[in-house]
Amino acid sequence: MNIEALLLSIRLALCVSAILFVVGMPLAYWLAYSRWRWKFLLEAIVALPLVLPPTVLGFYMLLAMGPRGPLGKLWHAAFGHGLAFTFAGLVIASVLYSFPFAVQPLIASFETVDRKLLDASAVLGAGRARTFRRVILPLSVPGILTALVLSFAHTLGEFGVVLMVGGNLAGVTRTVSIDIYDRAQSLDYASANRTALLLLVISFAVLSAVYGINRRSGRRAWLPWAAK
Amino acid sequence: MGREVSPALLAARVRKMHSGDVAPSFLDLDVELAPGITILFGPSGAGKSTLLDCIAGLTPPDTGRIAIDGEVVFDSEKKVNVAPQHRQIAYVFQSLALFPHMTVEANVGYGLLDAPQQARGRVDEILQMFRVEQLRERKPREISGGEKQRVALARSLVTLPRVLLLDEPLTGLDAELKASIIDDLRAWNGAHKIPIVYVTHSREEVDALGERVIALEHGRIVSEGTPREVLDAPRRRRLAQAAGFENLLSGTVMDLREPDGVMRVRLADSPCEVEVPLGHAAPGDRVRIAIRAGDILLATEPPKALSARNVLEGKILTLERRGTLVVARVDCGAVFTVHVTPGAERTLELAAGKKVWLVLKTHSCHFVEG
Repeated sequence: MNIEALLLSIRLALCVSAILFVVGMPLAYWLAYSRWRWKFLLEAIVALPLVLPPTVLGFYMLLAMGPRGPLGKLWHAAFGHGLAFTFAGLVIASVLYSFPFAVQPLIASFETVDRKLLDASAVLGAGRARTFRRVILPLSVPGILTALVLSFAHTLGEFGVVLMVGGNLAGVTRTVSIDIYDRAQSLDYASANRTALLLLVISFAVLSAVYGINRRSGRRAWLPWAAK
Repeated sequence: MGREVSPALLAARVRKMHSGDVAPSFLDLDVELAPGITILFGPSGAGKSTLLDCIAGLTPPDTGRIAIDGEVVFDSEKKVNVAPQHRQIAYVFQSLALFPHMTVEANVGYGLLDAPQQARGRVDEILQMFRVEQLRERKPREISGGEKQRVALARSLVTLPRVLLLDEPLTGLDAELKASIIDDLRAWNGAHKIPIVYVTHSREEVDALGERVIALEHGRIVSEGTPREVLDAPRRRRLAQAAGFENLLSGTVMDLREPDGVMRVRLADSPCEVEVPLGHAAPGDRVRIAIRAGDILLATEPPKALSARNVLEGKILTLERRGTLVVARVDCGAVFTVHVTPGAERTLELAAGKKVWLVLKTHSCHFVEG
């Protein structure tokens, strides 16, 4: 089993989840409450990675990150080196790839917060920021946990995008799924199986956690953490 | 021009098309409210809640002007629209909208987050006033319906609002609990004197609270005045039903007896004739008569020597016990709903099929337009 690849994958998944948490929250808030007429276009864009083959997303990311791509040029101007086939490039591509897995659960949980509570908060003198912090956020904890867990799990298991954008550099971009592919190609089935099995177990554990969280919140309406 | 001389503390002129859950409807009215309780009364869909939402700033009118205490909070011409959090209005929703993740104390203190020094004392005071201080550590799901209503009122009033809006806040409570909460509200009102707008379609609440009633229908004011004036002379069918007139019968005007101030109406599809107070009608006109079930007397023998002018013979169709009330449906050609007490049911040995006589005072029969 390739521990280096596993640790790299986990590091990648943690970075991506953290970034998605920060970026996804305001976007999800906006998508949940805005009445802008063209909002649906943005919703479609956010959902795009759900249906797009990872190689297509990866291909365009590669073009954008290449030495002549806009992203690559920008990055080069700022940091003095290219973006393709680096860990940073992998993070950016993975953020886009996992976007819907963070944003959709957030939107869903923001939308289930009773609008009357938001009205009550406003009438009691709270601006949007206070309403978000004191009412929406605490009532969306299951959705937030779901978003974090799903973006972590989804990044952990990605393959196509990594292959296109990251390549296969040991310790830099060789994630655990690429490693499994490598082992299987070189007919080292025993090693591939150990890693694959580990990934299977992690994925199952993570999804059980998500369903567990939502089930509990569904039954105890609103307050999964208040069980005494 | 000079200053406005109106004592009104809340003035709202509102026009709004709104797409409700069921059908789009329209709001078009102009109200001025003095301190004290004003009841907004009308069938659902009349625009009562939309009006409250406009006053609170939760939804903007299409056109109009809303001023509180002389301060304009909305003016479509001058493009003024003060955000709800800056209007200093309290609003108790029908669902109450207590924050489920906060304790009673945190709920009540929510409106005082900007004044943390005074918050503690004021929260204590109002929890005591509404008799819920022993619940301060509880979550909303751990307290009863009546307690929730008190907490919601306390949460709204602790901010010392300039206007209090109440959207059917006592729905679902039993009469005793209602009365005690209404007493608390009255006591608070006595001390603070602000306009209180109370939306309801319950007659009981109107009678218990009413100083002034505004009846709305289809987004317009159809009548206003004291509860008696507004509710006892319904001019429209829907309002009559909303006002608790269980009997709404159509009929034809037979003749007018102007010296007596009455007219005779033959009820549709029956030989029954009733004498009702004179209304704007001519012989041959189709009219409706509204009669409250509690205003009809029921006798098991032909009554004699009565001042009441209308005695109708009929047969009991059904008897149904509802709490402390017995609802009888009586067929006199037209079918009447009559309320009697369980005691009367026992003494008179009422039963389905029994022959009875209904006695209707002329002035209990209300003439309703078309």
